[in-house]
Amino acid sequence: MPATFTRNQVEIERKDPGIGGKPPLDRRPTGGGGDGENWDNHPQGRRGPRELLIRYRLGVLFALAGDLMFFVALVSAFFVRQSTGHFDIHDNFINDWRPLAVPHILWLNTAFLLLSSATMEMARRQLFHEIDVMEEWLGLGRPAVKRAAPWLVTTLALGVMFLAGQWIAWLQLVHEGFRFTAPDPSSHFFYLITGIHGIHLMLGICGLTAALVGLFTLKKIQFRQVAVDTVSWYWHTMGLFWIFLFVLLEFFQ
Amino acid sequence: MKVFTTNHRSLGILYLYLALAAVVVGTLLSLLMRVHRVWPDAAIPFFGLMKPEDYLALVTIHGTLMIFFVLTTAPQSGFANLVLPAQIGARRMAFPKINVAGFWLTAVAFLVLISSAHFHGGAAISGWTSYPPLSAVPAAGPGQGLGMDLWLVSIGIFCLAQWLSAVNMLATILGERRVGMTWSRLPMTVWAWLVTSILTLLVFAVLLAAVILLFSDRHFGSSFFVPARDLINGQIVGRGDGSPLLWLHLFWFFGHPEVYIAVLPGMGLATSLFANFSRRSVPAYRVMAGMLVAIGLLGLVVWGHHMFVSGMNPYAGTAFALTTMAIAVPSTVEVIGWLAMLWGGGLRLPTPMLFALGFLSFFITGGLTGPLLAQPALDAYLHNTFFVVAHFHLVMAMAGIFSVFAGVYYWFPLMTGRVMNETLGKLHFWITLIAAYGTFFPMHFAGLAGEPRHYDRLAGTATSFPSLVPVERGITFSALLLAAAQLIFLWNVVASARRGRVAEANPWQATTLEWANGANVQPVVSGPYEYELQSSGNGFHPQWEIAAKEE
Repeated sequence: MPATFTRNQVEIERKDPGIGGKPPLDRRPTGGGGDGENWDNHPQGRRGPRELLIRYRLGVLFALAGDLMFFVALVSAFFVRQSTGHFDIHDNFINDWRPLAVPHILWLNTAFLLLSSATMEMARRQLFHEIDVMEEWLGLGRPAVKRAAPWLVTTLALGVMFLAGQWIAWLQLVHEGFRFTAPDPSSHFFYLITGIHGIHLMLGICGLTAALVGLFTLKKIQFRQVAVDTVSWYWHTMGLFWIFLFVLLEFFQ
Repeated sequence: MKVFTTNHRSLGILYLYLALAAVVVGTLLSLLMRVHRVWPDAAIPFFGLMKPEDYLALVTIHGTLMIFFVLTTAPQSGFANLVLPAQIGARRMAFPKINVAGFWLTAVAFLVLISSAHFHGGAAISGWTSYPPLSAVPAAGPGQGLGMDLWLVSIGIFCLAQWLSAVNMLATILGERRVGMTWSRLPMTVWAWLVTSILTLLVFAVLLAAVILLFSDRHFGSSFFVPARDLINGQIVGRGDGSPLLWLHLFWFFGHPEVYIAVLPGMGLATSLFANFSRRSVPAYRVMAGMLVAIGLLGLVVWGHHMFVSGMNPYAGTAFALTTMAIAVPSTVEVIGWLAMLWGGGLRLPTPMLFALGFLSFFITGGLTGPLLAQPALDAYLHNTFFVVAHFHLVMAMAGIFSVFAGVYYWFPLMTGRVMNETLGKLHFWITLIAAYGTFFPMHFAGLAGEPRHYDRLAGTATSFPSLVPVERGITFSALLLAAAQLIFLWNVVASARRGRVAEANPWQATTLEWANGANVQPVVSGPYEYELQSSGNGFHPQWEIAAKEE
């Protein structure tokens, strides 16, 4: 059974004890059985419809936590490098950091990326729409796929536009004479941060393409859900990372 | 066995083979160093006369191999792949394909590192820590060109591999436990692997970032780590106001937790073995597990104690000294817990238990010098001496490798269906224990007398050097004995795997699930270490037992 977005709340019903009957001792909806915190009898491990989805979500979550540390290291290097310098023969502190005028097209790119996150979320939600999911699960058609695919294609297009915009920003900087090999550390960080984030987005675009292909080729609705869901969490996170990185590059020069 | 097998048990054994290859090469390199220190002008067979830069290359590759490819792979990836899914009652890892990718990337990283010695200029010579600016400039030495590039590539691949392995391991521990396998029923090894996986995930990403920045400094003209107008080998190389301290911060943010990645699985395994072979439950289970987590978390905020003499702000040094000494608290709690288990338990002493006790011995001996080195004032004198070499070889290298030996002897029946020879095992243990102390304990005295590390020979005007020569010679002979004793181990592994005594179903009468011998799908209802120590017999409740005590 596939995971649905709106979960059925299965009520544990209290059996009618009848007249003179004992109240039920097991499966009480509230409270414990009198054995304290119930630390040891709580069933562990997720079983059932969401098992697959939760496994993949956990994987993506942990992978992105490692990735976050990678960007944290780059950002802390940015701040350290900004403050380092040397003393000249007159004991003046010399610092070679010159703020970089970040190309304005980055604002437009950021807007594209935010928009793509919204469309990605729309695509993801189509895969968890309960009635459609049940229909797909029963093999009555593929309404969820039909609805999700256009949103995925839109996300893909917006992602490509973001990357193209980043490329234009690079070209503008090169045109102004700020190559990577320029002696300015601010330009090193600009190319490095946007470049590495761009590589992450290219991987995301590969993932989007794979999810799109998967929508039409994967046999089970569960796998289609996993494909779109994991790519969308990755995509949202890259959008979030970009907001932080963009604020850093734009306002903390 | 398929080449790219996704079977986690096979992968565990492959990891152990990889670690074995790395430890053999690393040990041979260390023997070359030891021989060279005692007979600096003698030509070494297959090597010839050793130049100072050759010695530095040996230091570098020895350290890199041992720390990355032995102490990171064997205790964490090797044993965890072998038994972790079984211990938590899972049929498989969460992501078998990611797991297998992690192993083969590790193998590629190993080959790249080994190959770096065979190209022009030889291997890198800036130590396993690769401090810039010398590591950022090819002109700094013969191995700092292609050799250093290959070192960076190798470590970069290794970081990716560890990232993949940690993702798989964490998703497995969190998501794949059998019904009833609650947090307080996890074997202590699983707690340790949980903590090391979190550390791996957090710190290898930072090392990867640092490696990329250094690579960019070397090839793309940036200046993250090279200071202004730096003079190296007669050339002015600085392009901007880069900061070598930045590398030190990034590197040791990885480097210190790395020590815990190497030794925490040993602590978890030692806890399990002490419980099993003294037939007692782990006292204060939640405290012991919590202290493993505390050591891991504190380990993330102590990296500055490697940098007291680096020119870092002395106030920062004081803060790092405080956090470092705070780690002594959870470590001491662990040790007291272990001693409490051993005290008055029904002690049995087969070889795995001996090695676990050896781990405890080294953990205490090497650990006691930790608070000394955590004082910035003392570290200023001791930092570049053999005292530090003695400290980390005892507390990380020997404790780590003894826990690996304990694991191999203990889990050998799971790998081969046979038990390792006890007589050879005990012989191996006693010679290794004595030779390891003989090798590394006198280094304290050499260090206190001022013997510097990283120097290929004792030459110069210091008056204490001639008196150190007998100590040096003793250390070298002891190191040769230590290495030779490992031939007993290798022989024992090969012979026992072929003709050893066939193991019964649960040879150590253990309680954790890896000994359940398959065919069990029951929910877990009992804790990991439930023994009955009675005069009448040796009752114990394995975790796969369907307890009738519910009623």
